[in-house]
Amino acid sequence: MALPPFECFYEDHRDEIYAFLVRRLGSQRAEDAFQETFLKALRAYPSLRHAEHLRAWAYTIASRVAIDEHRRLSADGELPELPVQDGRPAFAELEHLAESLPPTERAAVVLRYGYDLDYADIGAALGSNATAARQAASAGIRRLRRKETQ
Amino acid sequence: MNALSPELDRKFRDAAARDHLLDVAYDLVDTPVGELLVAATDHGLCRIVYDASAEEEVERLARAFGVRVLRSAKPIDGARRELDEYFEGKRRGFDLPVDVAMLADFNRRVLRELARVPYGHVVTYGELAARAARPRAARAVGTIMNRNPLPIVLPCHRVIGANGKLVGYGGGLERKEALLRLEGALL
Repeated sequence: MALPPFECFYEDHRDEIYAFLVRRLGSQRAEDAFQETFLKALRAYPSLRHAEHLRAWAYTIASRVAIDEHRRLSADGELPELPVQDGRPAFAELEHLAESLPPTERAAVVLRYGYDLDYADIGAALGSNATAARQAASAGIRRLRRKETQ
Repeated sequence: MNALSPELDRKFRDAAARDHLLDVAYDLVDTPVGELLVAATDHGLCRIVYDASAEEEVERLARAFGVRVLRSAKPIDGARRELDEYFEGKRRGFDLPVDVAMLADFNRRVLRELARVPYGHVVTYGELAARAARPRAARAVGTIMNRNPLPIVLPCHRVIGANGKLVGYGGGLERKEALLRLEGALL
């Protein structure tokens, strides 16, 4: 399958990626992160070799941007505003549950069980690899289980 | 629901063009002869399309110039301004750079000669062929006019039949007539 024109990729994913970033960062922080995500995507776009998993690819870039932003915020000692909504879909619940995890474990858990990305993509999102992503996800799940039984 | 605001959408489209990340930018421009889809690369204007189906045209632009096609108003602002002035009768020539590097040599030569036909004047297909050093290529020139990637800016509406008839126009004869009337070439 040939790579679609960037306009189509952008139109197909901009709304869900924006919503994802708002959930992760709050609406104010999400604005810069949204622009950064799609500028990164645009830079890398011509080097993609096929049009499979474009949605997952968009999420991995957005997750990485969100993680960087979280790191920056915790370094600054600021806390992001996190909106709470009724009728959250399952992955948002998961995100909420995973809130207490360290950033890498949280990202791995949410991307694996909430967004159903494979470990290779999650590894790419986290700037590591599939093995590290798998370890982070299972460490996160173990930590959540321990919390539940406490 | 956290919907993406039109403002944030526009900001991204502006930033993409500002950072020179696009193979080609396009936007829609309203004119008295209808809505035009106008596209530009970093080198200049590359496509003007009447009655465009945006979806098909975006695919076509991607095949011709590269996959990084994005609707973005900023890179088209210069063209929009010059087209507005032209239709208000305030502009007789276009100063915009054009990007016709994709075309074959002979087509480029014909279009270069075409660009020299002054506002309000007409030439025949045969004359234009002769100016491009191929006097017997009137028919080929007709085909090149029909496929002109930049109608209005490269004024194929100023090329008519040897008998004085308007003959044809990619955007429809009514538009050819309207443009020639605007320029005072038709009474």
